[in-house]
Amino acid sequence: MIPLQLVTIALVGLGGLAVVTSRDPLRQTIVAGLYGLVLVVLFVVLQAPDVALSELVASTVAFPFIVLAALAKLRDRRRE
Amino acid sequence: MSRNVRLGLFAAAGAMLAALLVWGFTGLPAFGDFQGEYGWILNDVAGHERHVTNVVASVVFDYRGFDTLGEEFILFAAAIGVALLLREARDDRERPRDEVRSDAVRAVGLMLVGPTVVVGLYLVAHGYLTPGGGFQGGVAVAAGVVLLYAAGRYRAYSAASPHGLVELAEGAGAGAYAAVGVAALFAGGLFLENVVELGTRGTLASGGTIPILNAAAGLEVTAAVVLLLHEFLEEVMYPA
Repeated sequence: MIPLQLVTIALVGLGGLAVVTSRDPLRQTIVAGLYGLVLVVLFVVLQAPDVALSELVASTVAFPFIVLAALAKLRDRRRE
Repeated sequence: MSRNVRLGLFAAAGAMLAALLVWGFTGLPAFGDFQGEYGWILNDVAGHERHVTNVVASVVFDYRGFDTLGEEFILFAAAIGVALLLREARDDRERPRDEVRSDAVRAVGLMLVGPTVVVGLYLVAHGYLTPGGGFQGGVAVAAGVVLLYAAGRYRAYSAASPHGLVELAEGAGAGAYAAVGVAALFAGGLFLENVVELGTRGTLASGGTIPILNAAAGLEVTAAVVLLLHEFLEEVMYPA
């Protein structure tokens, strides 16, 4: 295992911890998106660019968008 | 349950989980020690058997093309399902959120629309030459369209993704994939067999049916993701 791989794997661990420890759902969505980017870096470092691209589009487009839409909807409900 | 009992439970469960993990991890093959014989074989044969430079694409759209047909229809069914569940007949009420107040968000977002769409189209078009392909590229193109909403105006976004066209594209993409499979039968091959001229390796005209299936997947995924996100957006735009 080369140092770059070690550092990235450690970052993935820290990122996962950051997602779990953020309590506010809105903030957590953004942190989860950033965590996805760390995973993208990991896949690139492990020479899996196709997987990295899949992770990129899933974690930065599809997932946060749908969660944000759900959060916005919930906020509307609460206001009424 | 008191705090001490809960902590005790956690300690016991945590210790057991830790033991299981250590046991499991010590049995793993060494880092980088890849055991998948199939992968090595494909790396050796895909280049000259299918004339593609991205082996992953040859697996997705050829060797395992039938699995991808299933995946396409899963996405198709999911998008249709969301549309069926969430779509309601709506009157033309005033849209409350049709404005982005931050100039910075608007400027950066709108500047990114073009590049995002181009990157997405590039990923689709070169999917069998370099990393990427219909699935990833399709989501990227859809992201460009949705950026129009996120950073611009709902009206611009709706104009860029007319409903009828998106639905047509979704059906056409899914249908085209299956149609290529059936066409191979008429050409005397098996379902989804690569019967087209393979072309020159490393150029856009290579891979036989792989580019066609890749484009079909790109169309289907773009439309499905735009449709999915659209239905979710409508939920936010029209608070019920």
